[in-house]
Amino acid sequence: MAGNAQQLRGNTRWVLSLNAVLVYVFFYAPIALLILYSFSDDQLVGRWGGFTLDWYRAFGQNDEVQNALSVSIRVALISTLLSVVLGTMAALSLERFRFRGNRIFDALLYLPVIIPDVTMAVMMLIFFTSLDDIIGLQVTKGFTTITLSHVAFSISFVSIVVRARLAGMSETLEEAAQDLYASRWQAFRFVTLPLILPGIVGGALLALTLSLDDVVITQFVAGPGSTTLPVYVFGLIRRGVSPLINAVSVVMLAASVLLVVLSLVAQRARGGSVT
Amino acid sequence: MTAAVEITGVTKRFDDVVAVDDIDLTIADGEFFAMLGPSGCGKTTTLRMIAGLEFPTEGSLQIFGEEVGTLPPNKRPVNTVFQNYALFPHMNLLENVGFGLKMKGVAKPETTQRALAAIELVQLGGMEKRRPNQLSGGQQQRVALARALVNEPKVLLLDEPLGALDLKLRQEMQGELKSLQRDLGVSFVFVTHDQEEALTMSDRIAVMDQGKLLQVGTPEEIYERPANRFVADFIGQTNLLEGTVADATTVVLENGTRVAAASDHAAGTKVALSLRPERANLATRDAAPSDGAGIDGTVAGITYLGNALVYRVALDWMEVEVRDENRPNADRLNAGDPVRVIWEPGAVAVVAE
Repeated sequence: MAGNAQQLRGNTRWVLSLNAVLVYVFFYAPIALLILYSFSDDQLVGRWGGFTLDWYRAFGQNDEVQNALSVSIRVALISTLLSVVLGTMAALSLERFRFRGNRIFDALLYLPVIIPDVTMAVMMLIFFTSLDDIIGLQVTKGFTTITLSHVAFSISFVSIVVRARLAGMSETLEEAAQDLYASRWQAFRFVTLPLILPGIVGGALLALTLSLDDVVITQFVAGPGSTTLPVYVFGLIRRGVSPLINAVSVVMLAASVLLVVLSLVAQRARGGSVT
Repeated sequence: MTAAVEITGVTKRFDDVVAVDDIDLTIADGEFFAMLGPSGCGKTTTLRMIAGLEFPTEGSLQIFGEEVGTLPPNKRPVNTVFQNYALFPHMNLLENVGFGLKMKGVAKPETTQRALAAIELVQLGGMEKRRPNQLSGGQQQRVALARALVNEPKVLLLDEPLGALDLKLRQEMQGELKSLQRDLGVSFVFVTHDQEEALTMSDRIAVMDQGKLLQVGTPEEIYERPANRFVADFIGQTNLLEGTVADATTVVLENGTRVAAASDHAAGTKVALSLRPERANLATRDAAPSDGAGIDGTVAGITYLGNALVYRVALDWMEVEVRDENRPNADRLNAGDPVRVIWEPGAVAVVAE
């Protein structure tokens, strides 16, 4: 009997280990291949022709790629900054104040997370077009429209993350600060902000990643001469694939991994619970 | 002398709910003042109004003669020890205690020095680098106390500060708080729902219920001469015997017994006699009522408390409890024994609704 149970446990362990291995293979084999072929000296994307750094050199020298990269980074930084400020403010107002329409605003805030990218993209496009039609405000499609669209969807994510942090923080702490002669601003600066900072940093990195990754929405609102790196890569595929894509993708992947690691480090450095 | 806190006609409404209903209250300088009542009675709201965390809807609130009705909390010469301490989790003990001085703009060396002295005062010396989550409940309680006292408030407000501690620690802290208050000579305003705590520690007690202030007085006044039925029932244990006022010195109980009890209620007023279990005695049926009165009944049950025995006595129309000290060789009564409940003159208090 005992032997049987042990045997069964042994089997279970073996099957679970195999499963874990398969999952990792499934996750990481494509990445490994991508990295491998980015060093391949062959005009075809998926064929090994010896080691080379040519594609990375091309990445460094190609003006279009450089331009797209620069747009991507600027859009990501500016949209992150704006959405962090607005998203944090939204989270604070929803979590700390009761006002008319509070619940409706709450529900609406989550909408951009739920609705499909394409819908969001069409909405933004129509919005910018009708700005011109209705109030005569001309918005040139390009850098500004991309940035604003990214802000529009990032706010939701930032405020969700910040709110989670705020919800775990007792309001009494702010009252205690004010009782100890802090003005409202000082109470926020010295008590609330340090305690929700991990949430804000997490939200910012999320916004940064979302902005750097976005293809669908950006493609709808981008104009000539201003395109982000993912959209450029997408365009490359349609024009005929060159292993340059591999190099570009690896660089983007490396940047994403770096952001994730940074966010983990930031969370750990601040550490601790808020209760 | 100017009162530490002077509350005049203060009402606080939250939307339709009246949390505090037109109260007048004077708290003297250097007084240990307890606000006592069941949860939701308005005692915490009153405390928060003194702290400036809530503003009165109506009325006047003065601290040392200065009107502070809508002054924000950071502009008031009071500090609060919060119910769950509300220590800042991201700061160590020294930073927590020094926070108030830092906000006031006191120079850093002086802040550190005074904070260290306050930490020493609450016997936590050597722990100033620890975070709140590295401290026990009792220690957190002391930090909260030090964090408030270091600012030398004119009035210290305490919102159920001992509620989260276990019994032994609570009794220890009661003594410490009391002696601290005596040493500092600062007014402590103390909110609690624990009547025993209030009786033990306070110079005066305010009893509140449903937003109303029912009685203010010394622990003895409140226990001996409760202003009404609620106070009599809430403070300590008591038997409430329903009756009607016959004249200035007599109350007629429901069963017709005439009891000598002084009251200033008009004849015919429905009242209750508050008879504390420890003030009542049990005697045999033939015992002469000693001026007070005697009511016949039967022992219905006995509870053994160790230091005392509590007899439940069934009267014709209700049950009363009588408490006897557990003395050696005393005659024990048994369930079913016929008895007469008697008491000394002046042992009962007459209370109306």
